[in-house]
Amino acid sequence: MSLLVVDKLCKRYGALKVTDDLALSVEPGELHAIIGPNGAGKSTLIAQLSGEARCDSGSIRFDGEEISGLPMHRRVARGLSRSFQITSILPGFTVLENVATAVQAREGSSFSFLGRVADESALNDQAVTALGRVGLTDRAGTIAGSLSHGEKRQLELAIALATKPRLLLLDEPLAGTSGGEAERLVEVMRSLKGEVTTVLIEHDMDAVFRLADRVSVLVYGRIIATGSPDVVRADPQVRAAYLGEEA
Amino acid sequence: MRGRALAATLIFAAFAAVPPLAYWANDPYLIVIASRIVAFAIAALALDLILGYGGMVSFGHAAFVGIGAYSVAILGQAGITDLMLQLLAAIVAASAFALVTGAISLRTRGVYFIMITLAFAQMAYFFFVSLSAYGGDDGMTLSSRSTLFGSDMLRDDGIFFYVSLGLLGALFLIATRIVGSRFGRVLRGSRENALRMNAIGFSPFRYQLVAYVISGAMASVAGVVLANQTKFVSPAFMNWHVSGELIVMVVLGGVGNLIGAVFGAVVALVLQEFLGAFTDHWQLWFGLILVGVTLASRDGVGGLVRRLTGGKR
Amino acid sequence: MTNLFLLQLLNGVQLGILLFLIAAGLTLVFGIMDFVNLAHGVIYMVGAYLLVSFARMTGGYWTGLALTLPTVLILGLALELLVFRHLYDRSHLDQVLATFGLVMVVTEAVQIIWGAAPLTAAMPEALSGSIPLIGPLRYPVFRLAIIAAGLLTGLGLWYIITRTRIGMRLRAGATHRGIVSALGVDIGKLFSLIFAFGAMLAGFAGALVAPILSVDPGMGESVLILAFVVIVIGGIGSIKGAFAGALLVGIVDTLGRSFGPIVLRAVLEPAAAGQAGRVLAPMLVYILMAMVLAVRPAGLFGAKA
Repeated sequence: MSLLVVDKLCKRYGALKVTDDLALSVEPGELHAIIGPNGAGKSTLIAQLSGEARCDSGSIRFDGEEISGLPMHRRVARGLSRSFQITSILPGFTVLENVATAVQAREGSSFSFLGRVADESALNDQAVTALGRVGLTDRAGTIAGSLSHGEKRQLELAIALATKPRLLLLDEPLAGTSGGEAERLVEVMRSLKGEVTTVLIEHDMDAVFRLADRVSVLVYGRIIATGSPDVVRADPQVRAAYLGEEA
Repeated sequence: MRGRALAATLIFAAFAAVPPLAYWANDPYLIVIASRIVAFAIAALALDLILGYGGMVSFGHAAFVGIGAYSVAILGQAGITDLMLQLLAAIVAASAFALVTGAISLRTRGVYFIMITLAFAQMAYFFFVSLSAYGGDDGMTLSSRSTLFGSDMLRDDGIFFYVSLGLLGALFLIATRIVGSRFGRVLRGSRENALRMNAIGFSPFRYQLVAYVISGAMASVAGVVLANQTKFVSPAFMNWHVSGELIVMVVLGGVGNLIGAVFGAVVALVLQEFLGAFTDHWQLWFGLILVGVTLASRDGVGGLVRRLTGGKR
Repeated sequence: MTNLFLLQLLNGVQLGILLFLIAAGLTLVFGIMDFVNLAHGVIYMVGAYLLVSFARMTGGYWTGLALTLPTVLILGLALELLVFRHLYDRSHLDQVLATFGLVMVVTEAVQIIWGAAPLTAAMPEALSGSIPLIGPLRYPVFRLAIIAAGLLTGLGLWYIITRTRIGMRLRAGATHRGIVSALGVDIGKLFSLIFAFGAMLAGFAGALVAPILSVDPGMGESVLILAFVVIVIGGIGSIKGAFAGALLVGIVDTLGRSFGPIVLRAVLEPAAAGQAGRVLAPMLVYILMAMVLAVRPAGLFGAKA
């Protein structure tokens, strides 16, 4: 059974259909990339899947259950986690505390008023593990706001991982990174393959075709093709609509 | 962190030294002022909990002070003079008021939140103005201070001061624990970046509301102390000027470090006393200082204090 | 009963009109500059005091008004130049602190200049009578004149905002901040203009009530908070919202105070009704605000909270 099934999803802003009768399914364990030209509605799709934006109509089924009516934090509780295109971290917290907070969200109650949370090894250990996955362990004590851009992108990923997602939605994780930084992030994503089901939105075609098991092409709010990277690359419709070549 | 613990120890030690000092200087008025400062320090501490750590600029905290004060007056008139029972009543009443008004105010943000908390405090103000049985607009004088364990020992200004100081100390410790707890982390995180907190599975609203209720309950303790200190209650306790002065205290001491709020209360009230000794128009000078300092420091009064003290945050 | 109702309704409209004059400038400042101005109420107060002095000096209400308006306008410009201008890009907290300080300064300064005792201004001769409405019911001409003046101002504002270039920019700015600067408008000038104009409207409101209310140092505060309620109900940045909210608050407040106890008497004992009415009436507008917010957090005409 597919982990995520999106069907007949629609959203419009005024006269503009940003999501137009969209259908998509994500299989367990795969890394499913979604590509498309600017303004195709990729970020809006992530926003609707994560619950940041409401869809006008259609269904989003996660693990067999309809989630389109749930607010974002409830979807996270079910295992649907996301990263942001524009880095969104807790800038005044340390790197470790950023990730430990995400662990805390999943682990038990946060209506605990007197214990010193900074000393809770149950939270910190898992946070250190997540930091290890993205290669940020040695920056654990740094204030997050003072990290370099590439490190912030790594942290963003570690935060998402710390929520123990069953489906990870990555919104342009490589945005604004330099060559070396991007390479490191691609390695992290590669190491997650098979372990965490991932939907990846990315402009870096090189990274997409190296990482993805399947690729869907989004144009004007619709998926016009889905398949393995090779199949999609060869699809004449895709080449015409997206890669800008004549079929 | 260590610096803060040291600052806290110094401030509380200085407080504790006031009664002997007053005795030595033969100036009992010092204890009266110090008790008043302690009362406002409690309220400022309560406000800093949500303003400094939760990013909620409440312009209505005087309402909770007033609710606490009237708990003393109303229970006292009904013959219940026990301080503990009065504190309990104040905390329950203030929590209920905070729960209702907070649930509405927290649906909004920014300028709206400031205005709505101010409006609700004004509503409380008018409520007590219309309570003619308790003096209405003029307020009422209390026949005596509250009793403690059946004894009227609080009649003594010194004992009353130390009991008040004990309340401040206890609340300071509780607040310190809260901001370092799991709950406090969610509160701080929601101020830093609410969307991020949402995206890792928190709904900030519930945490902010609980913090607002805790803060309101703490501020009501200030009212209990203040009513006992002056042996008088009146709607003027919840005048919006009082809410404004509480914000001033929090900012003067540096937003978001708890002991700073206590320090800010000391500075603001001592400054008022000082200016008041020279002129009847101390408000003019206090206001000018406030405007001047805010304008002069690029990142606000808090920034100026931070630069002067060299502290972080 | 009907007559009394009509009378109180007119009083409510009159209060609403005053609140509108005060809230109009304030809501633009909030909406366009995202600026918390606590000092707006004291300008209303200064307007009233200035009128009292100028009217005594010149011996007439009209000449007093003619001097008051430009003076308040200049005061608004001066405050903008000296204080507000430096606070636009600061946090709400800093804005609260500085404008709160300003309230203390102006309130104290007013007491130094005019004393703490309440003052009154003489009513203009031509408007001092009352005219018959229906049957034996009469209504003071001056209060009707206030309503008319407020409505005319509202109409003028509506014209400026919907029909002129500057109004278009204001509307764009109030709903989508940031756009105004993208349009290449001189933001600094626009802001000064809004501030000074808003201050003049508030001063105008103060000058209007000077002959019918006691002019005292506390008059700005209650009105400021009511204006906040108006803006919250109407939606920040919306002149239309300010107008609707102001009338709503004015009418609900006035009718609640006079008819609350009467209505309650239908369900409660007379004594209890009287007591409950006195307690509830002043709280009515805040309850109204809470109800509006529960349904529409951004206010009746607000874009988004």
